[in-house]
Amino acid sequence: MQNDAPQHLMGYKTLAAVLAILLMLTGITVGVSYVDLGIMNVPLALGIASTKVTFVLLFFMHLKYEGKAIKVSFLCTIFFLAIMISFTFWDVAFR
Amino acid sequence: MPAIHSFFDTPSPAGLTGVKAWLLTHDHKRLGIMYLWAVLFWFTVALTVGFLLRIELMTIGKTIMSAEIYNSAFTLHGVIMIFLFVIPAIPAIFGNFFLPIQLGTNDVFFPRLNLLSWYLYMFGGLLAIISLFTAGGFPDTGWTFYVPFSVGTNNNVPLTVFAAFILGMSSMLTGLNFITTVHRMRHKAMGWMQIPLFTWSLYATAWVQLLATPVISITLLLVIFERAFNIGLFDPDKGGDPLLYQHLFWMYSHPAVYVMILPGMGVISEIIPTFSRKAIFGYKAIVISSLGIAVAGSLVWAHHMYTSGMSDTAVFVFSLLTFLVAIPTAVKVFSWVSTMYKASIEMTPPLLYALVFIYLFSVGGLTGLVLGAAGTDIHVHDTHFVVSHFHFTMFGGTGFAFFAALHFWWPKMFGIMYNFKRAYIAATLATVGFMFHYVPMFILGMQGMPRRYYDYLPQFAQGNALAAAGGLLLFVGIMLMLINLVLSFRKREISSINPWGGVTLEWTVPSPPPLHNFVAEPNVKEYPYDFSEILTAENAGKKGQVTP
Repeated sequence: MQNDAPQHLMGYKTLAAVLAILLMLTGITVGVSYVDLGIMNVPLALGIASTKVTFVLLFFMHLKYEGKAIKVSFLCTIFFLAIMISFTFWDVAFR
Repeated sequence: MPAIHSFFDTPSPAGLTGVKAWLLTHDHKRLGIMYLWAVLFWFTVALTVGFLLRIELMTIGKTIMSAEIYNSAFTLHGVIMIFLFVIPAIPAIFGNFFLPIQLGTNDVFFPRLNLLSWYLYMFGGLLAIISLFTAGGFPDTGWTFYVPFSVGTNNNVPLTVFAAFILGMSSMLTGLNFITTVHRMRHKAMGWMQIPLFTWSLYATAWVQLLATPVISITLLLVIFERAFNIGLFDPDKGGDPLLYQHLFWMYSHPAVYVMILPGMGVISEIIPTFSRKAIFGYKAIVISSLGIAVAGSLVWAHHMYTSGMSDTAVFVFSLLTFLVAIPTAVKVFSWVSTMYKASIEMTPPLLYALVFIYLFSVGGLTGLVLGAAGTDIHVHDTHFVVSHFHFTMFGGTGFAFFAALHFWWPKMFGIMYNFKRAYIAATLATVGFMFHYVPMFILGMQGMPRRYYDYLPQFAQGNALAAAGGLLLFVGIMLMLINLVLSFRKREISSINPWGGVTLEWTVPSPPPLHNFVAEPNVKEYPYDFSEILTAENAGKKGQVTP
C-alpha cells in the first residue's frame, strides 16, 4: 500500500505514562538485584527486561498501532532468534 | 503529447551531470545498472580463477600453480562468487531495477540507503582486492574461514573477513529496502495476492538477508578479535569452542543459499508463464513455498556439521528437518512444469536458460538429499560430490537463473535486443560444458576424492581430465553469452515495449523505462498472470514485435 494514511500521533500523557512505567521497572530491576531469589534471579531479571522491551516496542515504536503485516513480521524476527538459540541446544545439551 | 525520455536520457539536475549523475544517483534503475557492471566484473574474475583451478587439477602434480597459490585461489574463487556474485546478483541488479516497477511505484523506500548499499558493495570488493597483496596475501582457509585454522594462519584473514562483513552490511540494507518498499510503496490497488512472483521471492529473500546476516557479521568480527587480542572464543587451545563457530557460521550461510536461490526461482516463475502464454500453475502455492523455503531453510544449518563431532541428537534432528526443505522446493518445480503442460510454448533464449535451470537445479536438489541424510553424508562428506552438488544448485540453479534474467530483462533495461542465434549457441555450449564439468565430480566424490586437495591419486586422473575439458567448454559458452550481450550495444536493434508478451507491470512501460517509471497510472490486474489480453492481441496480429 502506498503510504498515504495519516500517521498515528501519541499524546504526551501516554508517552509520559510509559516513561514512568519504564523508570519504575528499572527501579525494580535494581531493587531485586539486592535480594537473592536463588534460581529465580535470572528469570525475574529477564522477565522485567522483556516487559520493558514490550512497552518500548508497543508505544515508542508504534507497534500497537501498526497493521497486522508489521506485527506478524516483528513476531517472525523473535521466532527466528528463538530458533537460532534453542536449536543449538540440540547439540550442546546432548553432546 | 511530449516525448518520453528514458531514465538514461532524462537531463540531470545542475551539478549532477556526467559521471556524478551516476555516482550520486538515487534512481533505483541506475543503481541496478551500476550493480550489473560491478557484479559482472567480479563474476568474470571468479569464473577465470575457477577455470584456472580446474586446469591445475587437470593432471596429477603441478600443472600451472603451486599448492599455496592453489589454496588461496580456491578461497578467492569461493569468496568472490559467494559474497560478490551469487548473493547480490539477482536482488541487487534485477531486484533494484524491477521491484519498484512491478509494485507500480517510482522508487524504493530508501533511495539514499540504496546508494549507500552500492558503495558498501564496492568498498567490500576493494578490500578483497587489497587483501590479495597485503599482510601475507589472500587467505588459504576456504570461503568458510573455519577456525582454528583461520585464527592461526599467517595469511591476511582479518582484512578478507572484514570485507565479507562490509558486504554483509550492503546485503542487509538491500533487504531492508525491499521489505519496506513492498509494505509501504506498492500501488494501493495491489493486494498481497496480486504481487508478481519475482517480487514475492525478493520479499522472502529480504527477510532472510535481514535476519541471518547479522549472525555472520558478528561471527566474522569475533574471528578478527580472537586473532587480534588472543581471546579464547573459538580456538580450543585458548579455551574456545570450534563447533560454536560452525554453528554461528552456518546459521547465516545455510539460509544464505536460499538468499542465493530464491530470487532465481522468482525469475523462473516470471519466465515460464510468459513463454507458455498461460497463467502460472499454483500462484499461491509458489508464494507460500517461497516463504516456506525462507522459514524451513533457517532450521537446517547444522546439516553441514554431521562429521564435526556434534551430538548424535543434533545430527538426527537436523537431518530430519533438512528433508522438510525439499517440499516447498518441489512445489515450485511441479508448478513450473505444470504451467508448461499443454501450453503454447514459444522458445526464446530466456526460456532455454530457464529450462536448463529446472533440469540442473533438480539434479542439485536431489543430490542434496544424499547429503541431507546423515548416513550417506558421512560417506561423501568433504568430497567432490559436495562440490558438484553445490555447483549444480548455485551455478546450474542461481547462475543459470541469472543468465535467464539477463536475457529476459535486457531489452527492457537497455531498450535493445541481442542476437538470438549466438545466445542459443552460448546456452548450449555452457550447458553441455556444465554437464561434462560437474557430473565427473559426482563420480569422483563417490569414489572418495576429497575436495580442496591440490593433488590426487592416479585412479582419479580420468575424471579430472574430463572435468577440465567440460570446464573449458563451459568457460567458452559463458564468455560467448556475455560477448553477445555486449555486442547488442553495437548493433542497437531497438526492442519494443513488450517483446516477449509479458503481463507484469514492467512490460507496460517504455524500454528503457522513464525516470519515474510510469507515464500513466499503472493498471494493476486482478490476477498478475492473466494472459487473456496478450492472447487476444496476438490473435488479432497486434503482438509487440521486436522492431529493427
